[in-house]
Amino acid sequence: MVTSSVLTRAWQVAATVLDPELPVVTIEDLGILRDVTEYEGARVHVQITPTYSGCPAMETIRTDLIDALSMAGYVHVDVEFVLSPPWTTDWITDEGKAKLEEYGVAPPGPRTGPVELVLAVRCPQCGSLDTRESSRFGSTACKALWVCQTCREPFDHFKPL
Amino acid sequence: MTTPLFDYVLGLADDALVSAQRMGWWISRAPELEEDVALANIGLDQLGQARTLLDHAGRVEGAGRGEDDLAYLRDDREFRNVWLVERPQTDFGVTMARLLVFAAYQSELYAALGRSTDPTLAGVAGKAVKEVAYHLDHAARWVVRLGDGTDESHARMQAALEAEWPFVDELFTPADAALVEQGIAVDPESLRSGLLDRVGAVVAEATLTVPAVAPAVGGGRRGLHTEHLGYLLAEMQHLARSHPGATW
Repeated sequence: MVTSSVLTRAWQVAATVLDPELPVVTIEDLGILRDVTEYEGARVHVQITPTYSGCPAMETIRTDLIDALSMAGYVHVDVEFVLSPPWTTDWITDEGKAKLEEYGVAPPGPRTGPVELVLAVRCPQCGSLDTRESSRFGSTACKALWVCQTCREPFDHFKPL
Repeated sequence: MTTPLFDYVLGLADDALVSAQRMGWWISRAPELEEDVALANIGLDQLGQARTLLDHAGRVEGAGRGEDDLAYLRDDREFRNVWLVERPQTDFGVTMARLLVFAAYQSELYAALGRSTDPTLAGVAGKAVKEVAYHLDHAARWVVRLGDGTDESHARMQAALEAEWPFVDELFTPADAALVEQGIAVDPESLRSGLLDRVGAVVAEATLTVPAVAPAVGGGRRGLHTEHLGYLLAEMQHLARSHPGATW
């Protein structure tokens, strides 16, 4: 029997895996976890999608998935990278966005076009809207570097993609 | 054995791979820390595109070669990238002029390739088109800032455009007609007007002039390269070749 559903135990286990670079959100929160299929004989096939083509976290996520599912008793775990449809920040859940903000990363707003025109990003430290972009490219591919003009603290902003 | 599809995918992959390697040169050398980070990120996006494309090329070839074999164990005559990306870029203006052209090209290319009948090419393109929009925007901002800046920055930005412009034409080297007909490959000529429109708008805003210079000879798609590619490959490949199978 083949079961593919967010209700399966395998999905629940896979959904506990954290993003290695943002260890407060799970790969389910980020929308990276696309599909989990259980087969007879404790075999499981997982599909994940990279945020960016060059995202170096993908190999770690693959290993973490295999570890988590093996610990849960699955004997054969196969992880596939899927590119299509392309990942978008719109797939980050509301819960994921709330966790990011609490962690100090300003979550992405809705996408507006091919290159985003961000009107205001709220400082995750003090809540001020008086912020500015200091670099469109940040510590990882998915983030931009911003600075708050009120509390003077720099912070990461998850870029809309 | 080389086939038109293998060569086409290698061309896409090698453009991205070689450009990524040139971007990496800037890490620790850019005019400010934020720019180090930006150019590293742009290179990383290109490297990610190259990895998936090289993996695909290896499958198309069917000889058991993977992405690492193709990146590290080919000689310069087996690379299919254009001359635009392989020459040194140790001048910041040249780097931005080249990125403007290359990101405009990739924006047009990936938008069209997203409709390819080859699902892997369509998948890579659908993902990459959103990344290169950021690259294009980054280059455009610098070209405008430098072009419409001081007399010195204006003159150097114009000189950079003049230096890169002979290498624009090679981007439109015809692809295999059968691949284009089958909807697998994009006809490079169909990208010309879109690319020139995008670049031209930025050049005008930067108070610069689109150069009127003769195209360079080119030949990268046939494996004919400038002497610079060999040095680039020596640096990129020496670890993998000196210590086969090395991991860390």
